[in-house]
Amino acid sequence: MTLRKATRASDARADPAPMRWAVIIIAIAFLTLFVLVPLLNVFAQALSKGLAAYFAAISNPDAVAAIELTLIAAAISVGLNLVFGVIAAWAITKYEFPGKSLLITTIDLPFSVSPVIAGLVFVLLFGAQGYLGPWLQAHDIKIIFALPGIVLATVFVTFPFVARELIPLMREQGTQDEEAALSLGASGLRTFFCVTLPNVKWALLYGVLLCNARAMGEFGAVSVVSGHVRGETNTMPLHVEILYNEYQFMAAFAVASLLALLALVTLAAKVLLEQHAAKE
Amino acid sequence: MGTTLLWLSLIVLIPLAALFLKTTELSLDRFVRIVTSQRVLHALELSFGLSLLAAAVNLVFGLAVVWALVRYEFPGRRLFDAVVDIPFALPTAVAGIALTNLYAENGWLGRVLAPLGINVAFTPLGIFVALTFVGLPFVVRTVQPVLEDLEVELEEAAATLGASRLTTIRRVVLPAILPALLTGFALAFARAVGEYGSVIFIAGNLPNISEIAPLLIVIRLEEFRYADATAIAAVMLVASFLILLVINLLQRWSERRTGGAP
Repeated sequence: MTLRKATRASDARADPAPMRWAVIIIAIAFLTLFVLVPLLNVFAQALSKGLAAYFAAISNPDAVAAIELTLIAAAISVGLNLVFGVIAAWAITKYEFPGKSLLITTIDLPFSVSPVIAGLVFVLLFGAQGYLGPWLQAHDIKIIFALPGIVLATVFVTFPFVARELIPLMREQGTQDEEAALSLGASGLRTFFCVTLPNVKWALLYGVLLCNARAMGEFGAVSVVSGHVRGETNTMPLHVEILYNEYQFMAAFAVASLLALLALVTLAAKVLLEQHAAKE
Repeated sequence: MGTTLLWLSLIVLIPLAALFLKTTELSLDRFVRIVTSQRVLHALELSFGLSLLAAAVNLVFGLAVVWALVRYEFPGRRLFDAVVDIPFALPTAVAGIALTNLYAENGWLGRVLAPLGINVAFTPLGIFVALTFVGLPFVVRTVQPVLEDLEVELEEAAATLGASRLTTIRRVVLPAILPALLTGFALAFARAVGEYGSVIFIAGNLPNISEIAPLLIVIRLEEFRYADATAIAAVMLVASFLILLVINLLQRWSERRTGGAP
């Protein structure tokens, strides 16, 4: 999703009233049934045994360990993808070079790859029976079934988010501002930090938020590489799965509700950022 | 440029290359045998078939949603606009347990559907529901900017030439948003095919009945049957690349149409 500008209705588009009613009712019913009801269910189930039980569930040591691991892995992944997403967007929109459209397609690759396959490829590379497995074991480096593997898988699946938010905007902005700065004597780096970055700050912030939400919520890819060791290599989504499979439904929904809250905060931030961007 | 390529290669290209490299370790004969075994074939059929169905549902209903959001005013429109993004932002595992709980026999919706003989949880129908959920934003968000930017002059011209509202929609508006519609459909389809987290809770996961392809890959991995896992993954990847290609072509077609519109 990208930040959009607001729009206005027009008289030439007055649809007949029965059609208006039908379409609105269908739209609302569809969204309510498929999205709102499941979302509300998360919170209803989380609180089904009362607030005390809810807080006990999310302060459980294994849950806390999962939360910590999620935060750490997300912070590293988002940080890395922030830096390289900005660099990639900058290279693509401010320069011409052969193979540019290939680069753009490659950036989108993680979007079209199943998260399970994303995890699989890292197991193939770094797992005990993988290509680098024996070398890693010889040097006592753990990647799969440890934090580095989780970070790698997360970086893979969240790779496109920052770049995709920046590229359309930077493309639209063109290179005039940068050219002006350079002609006034600013160095390349100074131009980047004082001209390019401020121009895209809202899109960048939104890209980081999206990247973070996805990083914290990633399940399939991390599930394959993590080894599911409770208290050590379980992220929050994996912990939710474990609790659910053990029939600890309320606890599972309690941890899940934290992730759902994160999603809602991300969406609220999106609305705010859209308003900011529209003002400028 | 160099850094971009390096990062891209390290994180994306080399891991994917490892997959294809591993696949080539298999003899063609063995590869074909794995990929055409009954369990694998069924899983692939289930994943691709249900994804197609879910994307189609999202196409039809997504069109209704985007039309209502862009063309009409109604109370709560802003809220529903934000609601569209929830499947995009919500972690898949959360969606998975929420949907399972909802459609299980004693869940809010399962309670209503069970007496009617409709079993959703732990059946392919449940998989379909989950796949519809995850693909929901794609049609809406892809069509929305195109519909918003559609020039009102086009419809005004049709109206002054005597076209009824329905004719105008059918002959002027729909063709203009068709590329975006198809792109959204393809995106929803691609997302659904690879979906794992939302599906495995509600699916039932019975081999040859309700087992999706990504799950079969995970099972083979846990059995250390790496060759099988990579073979299935390779088939899915090739299909995904083809879908990506179609998406890119559709987007180019879309840009040419809206870019050249008077």
